[in-house]
Amino acid sequence: MSALFPLTVRAAKTARRGTVLVGPVDLEMSGEGTTVVVGPNGSGKTSLLTLLHGTNRLTAGEITWSLPMEDARAAQAFVFQRPVMLRRSVIDNIAYPLHVQGVSRKQARAQARDWANRVGLGAFLARPARSLSGGEQQKLALARAMIGAPKVLFLDEPCAALDGRATREIEAILTEIRAAGTKLILSTHDLGQARRLADDIIFLLHGKVHEQGTAKGFFAGPQTPEAQAFLRGDIVE
Amino acid sequence: MSDLWGGLGQAFWLIVTFDAGLLEITLRSLQVTLTALVIASFIAFPLAAILAVRRFRWRRGVIAVLNALMGLPPVVVGLFVYVLLSRSGPFGVFGLLFTPTAMIIAQVIIIVPLIASIAHQSLRELWTDYHDLLISMNVSQSQKMRTLLWDARRALLTAALAGFGRGIGEVGAIMIVGGNIDQVTRVLTTAIALETGRGDFALALGLGFVLIALAIAINIAMHALSRTEVEGRW
Repeated sequence: MSALFPLTVRAAKTARRGTVLVGPVDLEMSGEGTTVVVGPNGSGKTSLLTLLHGTNRLTAGEITWSLPMEDARAAQAFVFQRPVMLRRSVIDNIAYPLHVQGVSRKQARAQARDWANRVGLGAFLARPARSLSGGEQQKLALARAMIGAPKVLFLDEPCAALDGRATREIEAILTEIRAAGTKLILSTHDLGQARRLADDIIFLLHGKVHEQGTAKGFFAGPQTPEAQAFLRGDIVE
Repeated sequence: MSDLWGGLGQAFWLIVTFDAGLLEITLRSLQVTLTALVIASFIAFPLAAILAVRRFRWRRGVIAVLNALMGLPPVVVGLFVYVLLSRSGPFGVFGLLFTPTAMIIAQVIIIVPLIASIAHQSLRELWTDYHDLLISMNVSQSQKMRTLLWDARRALLTAALAGFGRGIGEVGAIMIVGGNIDQVTRVLTTAIALETGRGDFALALGLGFVLIALAIAINIAMHALSRTEVEGRW
């Protein structure tokens, strides 16, 4: 697939003031399918994602993409749990990454319009982004992340604050994005969502990879008692 | 009380008769303060953006100093600029003392800290909003600053208006470096001080009302131009 992968993570760790947030983590990741990171709150899902994305401090170990760091960063995009809306119109928000890269305004707007239509925001182009609903904001964030045609898209609990319908719409867009060949790395504590989207699962607990494998294998027969408990819906601490 | 009514009457007559003297000092007031405002904004806005985005060693110190300088006494600034520009001072050769240019220099020094401080406040808030996204997108420092300045433009307008308010009503510094010379460096505030000193309260009050009306008019005009109060556009 993309030359960005495989991604190799060796003993990667991030800590703040002596508290280890996540790690040490060892991972190998291919550029295909959707990898879903599951685990209870505070297990380090967000830290792991930002660590892989390169916006979190790597205090030990190493993370290697198959491309030089700068190119690797350019091929990534990140969607936050709470979408960041620029104080601009919907179309200018979506066009912003292209604008920053120096693409002409006309071209950037044309592509932004295209992406707005794809995520179902075609009717709101001139609206201030901050006046959108939560679900619409998350769709905007998706469009803005995808407009740069990233090879890998990180999503940190993208549907955590959304209702069923908005979640379904977001998931439909994600399925399309995946089908178009973009690798998705998504964190969630919603097991239903993990089942619907995942090809591979990483089960995170206390900042460490507790179990990992194909989604099919993980849901059919989790290896560790904690994963079994998590799948049963018990509270895992 | 009769002085006040007399002042209102004077102001009215001065305006409706297009008094040449009034027009002249009003225009000079505007010219000095608006020029100072433009120059100060070009200094203060980028400075505020740098302070919001960059992390350098003396950042906190610079912010603290800026905040303190907001209350800079104009008379002291005037004195300072006077010493620099006087014949025996380091910039004496330019012969700038007692010219509108000297007044502009003094006002720039007075309003830069005010504008930068207010602008920094709002840029910093916006930056905490934008931080994660812009870091994730690997946006360069200068693009970060441009994005912040553009998206906070309404807050920057407020900062600029505060600077304008301080400049247009300021008398201590421009009196010292301008000298209140008739038809050369006399502006509304220095004329008011002069007329009050001479005991012509009605004229002084008249000029005062013109000054207040001017400040309000400029504020309304700038808000109208930027359509600030038209619905929540962000």
